[in-house]
Amino acid sequence: MPRECGSRPAAHVLNARKAGFVETYQLTINGEKKQVTADPSTPLLWVLRDDLKMTGTKYGCGVAACGACTVHVAGVATRSCVLPIALLGDRPVLTIESMSSDPIGRVVQNAWVSEDVVQCGYCQSGQIMTAVALLKTTRTPTDTNIEESMGGNLCRCGTYVRIREAIKVASRQLAGGGR
Amino acid sequence: MTSAVQATSRRGFIKASALAAGGLMVTLYLDSPSAASAQGGTPPPAHIYPPDAFVRILPDGTIAITVNRLEVGQGMQTALPMILAEELDADWTHVVGQLAPAGDVYKDPVIGVQLIGGSCSILDSFQQYRELGARTRAMLIAAAADRWGVGADQCRADKSVVYGPGNRSARYAELAEGAARRPVPAVVQLKDPSQFRLIGTWVRRIDGRAKCDGSQQFGLDLNLPDMLTALLMRPPIFGARVRGFDDRNARNVAGVREIFEVPLVAGSAVAVVANGFWAAKQARDRLAVDWDVSGIEHPDSVQLFAMYKELAGTPGTVAVSVGDAQVIDRIPAPDRIHAEFEFQYLAHAPMEPLNITVRNDRDRAEAWVPSQIPGWEQTALAEVLGIKPEQVTYHVLFAGGSFGRRGTTDSHFVREAAAIAKRLPGRPIKLMYTREDDMTSGYYRPMFVHRVDVGIGPDGLPVVWKHMIVGQSFVLGTGVPQEAVLVKNGVDQLVIEGTADSPYATPNVHVSVHQPKVNVPTLSHRSVGYGHNSFVRETLIDELAMRAKTDPIAYRLNLLKPDAKKFRTSLTLLDQQSAWRHRLPADHASGIACSQYNGTCVACAVDVSIGNGRLRIHRATVAVDCGLAVNPLSIESQMHGGLIFGLTQVLARGAITLKDGRVEQRNFDGYTPPYIKDAPMTVDVHIVPSSDPPTGCGEPPVPVIAPAVANALSALTGKRYRTLPIATI
Repeated sequence: MPRECGSRPAAHVLNARKAGFVETYQLTINGEKKQVTADPSTPLLWVLRDDLKMTGTKYGCGVAACGACTVHVAGVATRSCVLPIALLGDRPVLTIESMSSDPIGRVVQNAWVSEDVVQCGYCQSGQIMTAVALLKTTRTPTDTNIEESMGGNLCRCGTYVRIREAIKVASRQLAGGGR
Repeated sequence: MTSAVQATSRRGFIKASALAAGGLMVTLYLDSPSAASAQGGTPPPAHIYPPDAFVRILPDGTIAITVNRLEVGQGMQTALPMILAEELDADWTHVVGQLAPAGDVYKDPVIGVQLIGGSCSILDSFQQYRELGARTRAMLIAAAADRWGVGADQCRADKSVVYGPGNRSARYAELAEGAARRPVPAVVQLKDPSQFRLIGTWVRRIDGRAKCDGSQQFGLDLNLPDMLTALLMRPPIFGARVRGFDDRNARNVAGVREIFEVPLVAGSAVAVVANGFWAAKQARDRLAVDWDVSGIEHPDSVQLFAMYKELAGTPGTVAVSVGDAQVIDRIPAPDRIHAEFEFQYLAHAPMEPLNITVRNDRDRAEAWVPSQIPGWEQTALAEVLGIKPEQVTYHVLFAGGSFGRRGTTDSHFVREAAAIAKRLPGRPIKLMYTREDDMTSGYYRPMFVHRVDVGIGPDGLPVVWKHMIVGQSFVLGTGVPQEAVLVKNGVDQLVIEGTADSPYATPNVHVSVHQPKVNVPTLSHRSVGYGHNSFVRETLIDELAMRAKTDPIAYRLNLLKPDAKKFRTSLTLLDQQSAWRHRLPADHASGIACSQYNGTCVACAVDVSIGNGRLRIHRATVAVDCGLAVNPLSIESQMHGGLIFGLTQVLARGAITLKDGRVEQRNFDGYTPPYIKDAPMTVDVHIVPSSDPPTGCGEPPVPVIAPAVANALSALTGKRYRTLPIATI
């Protein structure tokens, strides 16, 4: 779950539940400055998808139960469907769209492609974002590390067996200095 | 063996025409065989089809192959282009797959409906896509032969290049325009399977990269100028109607456009239309709706099970009667098994909830939909808008899973979107389902009760099998086109599949059903009837094998009917590949199950232990006989995924239940499919080598995992598991 930080307290969000209130926010998404005007309670997910038209981040449940919406907020894998934009503060956000130019993201994407992980693919942005966050902190994850880190990312197609393999492939490449 | 194909033998013909841009387009004009045969050989009326229906060779060498099926993860956007590219001798690295819009030419050539379902894509379109590839190749070779003044038989093709005598060569892209002017050959030679270079090899998905970098667009990702987002406040009980609503608070939400009542297939709802999702959601949360639930049945799972069990004790409609089921009365009690099984409603819960975008331009409409049955939906949309189907352009977008959920026979979500768009012409309206909408709006795999009496002979084999199945049919009495095919003597074959077509030889068999009407919409769910029938059959067979103190694979092989060929091949291969079964740690046990689906047979062994009261699946070994393996990598994917999908109904929260008319689960915290910790640690897949015609792999693996796991648990605990989900081990 996202930490609360930045300049805007939670009370502000609750007060804003009187309808019709909007505010302007300065965001840093994938290293770029963006400005959006939104209801403070709007989850980051919908700012990305509806306001910024960045649809790589997916809606799956809206209650942080499936992980399809996972992004990195200040480096931490975060469920963007439950992070109100008012609570983001000045923390930088990374989404799946930036992973091709992220040194670890690229390795993970390549492992996903080489292991032919995806089926419908809808949950895979979130799976990859979670896997990248894992490998950024734990370069050689154990099976237990993988289960714990990936444990909240749902895949209805059932690609888990190859997700495990792809993380290990990426881990080996990173360990071999293949960055 | 090389086979010659005559186009006219299929009451169709193909036609090629030159692209304005200088490419080749090959169109297969193919009328529905069912329509043709219904007319007793009279040629069906001519249709006008789009000219660039299946193959386009572009000047840059790209070969764009149109896929007449929705891609939901099953891999058809890769497999069908592979098949066509094989016969075309195309350079695979330049092949792209495009999803076809709704169109008569894209109907399943056997079923006569454009659809995915029943794992029929490879089964029904293998020959179709081979012929398309072979015809296109023949035309390209003829064009090259013409250009060089040599015979076509002096030319050969390889990787999008035609080679002729004297080191002559020409790329397909250069030849395409000339080829397009040539007549389409009536007879073409298809390759001998020994010549296959692509079919049978491990080919990665075409869409793999786009699904890893966020660029793959799904239905929900569509953005169009001036688009609005709509949500529906749905009835709390199926079929309830809006009596009135107070939208004063909702209208205060910034970005809200319109709030109005719309009809549903059953009952009505309140539509909230806004600039984007969050505004629509905020407004919907602030709506106060007064629901009229008078005269509406309030289904309740506990009461339904009680009713089903009562029904199970009364004579039903007979589905199968072989020999004399009364033999059961003469079997001594110790040699009889009486077993009652319970199965709950199941939600498909694809990761991408239902959605559809419609723009109503009054005399025309355009729709963008992750669509399982595009033609039917196009017709439904037109009907609501009061226009003709041909006035609707129906684009098919990638789907984030479906598992049957998008394959509705009433096209309910299409009608809902059309009703909204009817009120708001000129702007695209995206109707979204939230996860809660998706989970509570019905169209579930039905609940079932099975009651079975098995009598065992002195040899340990069953001599009589008496089987009653109670549960809803979503076909019977609906008037949908498949009803005539699927209902036989009053019995929906989807209710009994897996039991009526049991591969095991038993001299006396009696299968009967009750198909009660219940106020819960139900629908096909990946593997349909086999999901419950195979569980019943395979757990009982396991019990019989255990009683007979026989290895469960050996017992099955001994009991198979002589014609159960694919069961025999897959069980035999499973036996060879699961030697680990015989050297498991003391606290582990193995379980076996097998099942069939539309020509494919899957056999599975699992290695299971119980830790802290929790099931742990260490390993699953799968053997599959699906005829010729078109793409083994994709078959392996489907086996992995099918097992894990099938595991849902075993897990503690793998059930949709109703209480006093209301669905009790609203999101993944209530209805919880397998996460990574629930999945087998490893799955090894073994494909039976075969030259039989290829059959599908989407549904066949789903039914095997639940009985295999239940059988392994029985070996560990001595208990029998007949109620799913397994709440306590």
